[in-house]
Amino acid sequence: MAKKKISIGKTLVYLFLICWSVTTIYPIFWVIENSFKAKDKILANSFVLPFGDLFTLANYRKAFNNLNIFQAYKSSIFISTTVSLAVILLAGMAAYALSRYRFIGSGIINSLVVAAMMFPVFATIIPVFSMEYKWGIANTSSWFLTMLSVILPQVAGNLSFAIVVLMGYIKGLPIELEEAAYMEGCNAFQIYFKVILPLTKPSFATVAIFSFLWSYNDLFTQMFFMRTPDKYAITMLLNQLTSKEGTNYGLMAAAVTLVVVPVIIVYCFLQKYIIKGMTAGAVKG
Amino acid sequence: MGASIYRNKKPAFVFLIPAFAFMVVFLYYPFFKNIINSFMEIKQLGSSGTGLNTPWYANYVEMFHDEYVWVSLRNTLIMMVVTLVGQVGIAIILALMVDNISRGKQFFKTVFFFPIVISATALGLLFNLLFLYDKGMINQILEMLGKTELTDWKAEGIALFTMMLPVMWQYVGFYFVILITGLNNISDELYEAAEIDGATTWQKVRYISIPLLHNVICTCSVLAVTGALKVFDLPWTMFPKGMPLKSTFLTGTYMYYQTMETKNVDYGSALAVLIVVLGIVLSKVVNAIFKEKDY
Repeated sequence: MAKKKISIGKTLVYLFLICWSVTTIYPIFWVIENSFKAKDKILANSFVLPFGDLFTLANYRKAFNNLNIFQAYKSSIFISTTVSLAVILLAGMAAYALSRYRFIGSGIINSLVVAAMMFPVFATIIPVFSMEYKWGIANTSSWFLTMLSVILPQVAGNLSFAIVVLMGYIKGLPIELEEAAYMEGCNAFQIYFKVILPLTKPSFATVAIFSFLWSYNDLFTQMFFMRTPDKYAITMLLNQLTSKEGTNYGLMAAAVTLVVVPVIIVYCFLQKYIIKGMTAGAVKG
Repeated sequence: MGASIYRNKKPAFVFLIPAFAFMVVFLYYPFFKNIINSFMEIKQLGSSGTGLNTPWYANYVEMFHDEYVWVSLRNTLIMMVVTLVGQVGIAIILALMVDNISRGKQFFKTVFFFPIVISATALGLLFNLLFLYDKGMINQILEMLGKTELTDWKAEGIALFTMMLPVMWQYVGFYFVILITGLNNISDELYEAAEIDGATTWQKVRYISIPLLHNVICTCSVLAVTGALKVFDLPWTMFPKGMPLKSTFLTGTYMYYQTMETKNVDYGSALAVLIVVLGIVLSKVVNAIFKEKDY
């Protein structure tokens, strides 16, 4: 009797968990599936899988012809790669210095880093825009400068979190290795690049993935700095799609699919690092 | 840290200066500049102020009389309750359930976390399709269940619900992962001892898991409250410019609206200051509430 009672409880638990899983997976599946149907067929047959007559690639043809989707991918990947590389480069060095050196003011610098995580992007974006405008990098016709104007504030926004995460890891490394390298005649820079960097790789991966995804998904900064369609990144393109093609549901479904599927594929392979990276970033920030 | 390698402090500055130059130029300077801006008169984004407002605190007076500030504050507070109760609450239930099952833990973790990696903009479009008036997924399901009238999910009154549901849904998995990590840190010996004493699963959850999870729940609550202040992408994609009738503004979207749509740049700066103050005050409040209840 007791055993049966437990199994009923277990069944209910599994049922509930599966229900929540359905809410996370099915909507995305629904959109992908409908992106392969003609736009006038979607509404009538939205739950039927697109086989046989229903199947069409028209939405994708339209997406590739009408939207600058490859250009947007290029912009997005350029921005996000640069942001994550710059973040790990700068944050890694700063985290090493803050975890190993003790000097006057290191306590203050530590609290400055933590405080910087509290600044919402809303509170810095307007002055950053006018600053970059005065430097001549914001609101120009050059593709590269537009990308740069998005990259700079995004790097700054991710730095403090990255420093905190990396510090947590570097502090836990045994100092004996560094002492041994020092005895061999390495200076601080050689120690950093030859001892610390290789040992900290997993943490760097975590930080890089977090920064990349954050930057790839961020819309707010792009809305300030990207003014013309030929420079849109992915999220900006999607955002503009609603106002321009708001009733072409087939095209919208295809565009969502094109943006979401690469992320899903990457997530499947790197989920362990991604989950770690995203939660580490937020627990501290 | 007494190692002699780190006696020579010079390299430390070489390591620190690039990162700090960045933070000073792109975070600290703009942050304080923004506070000053909120007292200035700024005609256009990108230009500097033409002088102080008359009176210099004019923007803050205007805030009190601006009914949409109150609308966005009210909506943001509702959003906070939704994120607290909805996200953290559902996450606690899911985490406790997954902690007590033996099979499929990793599967549920992967699946629950999945919406977070997708951009909120893409999810905004996705939910636009789901909530479509004419044969969106939700209305079709309701029709199959026997409902005859279609629901206009973007009409006034229900719009707020339509906006907050996806925001809530997206981040449940995030708190779930933080909570399940907290649960994994609880030593198995405690559960074993309880089992020997004859505790039921429910009793183990009630007297071991939840009390020991207290600090993690506190962290999650602070994150949920401050996170609600940062929500922007999804509401702006689904309900641009506070549609319908400016009733769905949040503090973040209203700040953007004032800055970019009505070109009231200094007022936008003042609203940003309001967001910062709210964030600080509210995280202190949440901390205080949770600290008092020490088990």
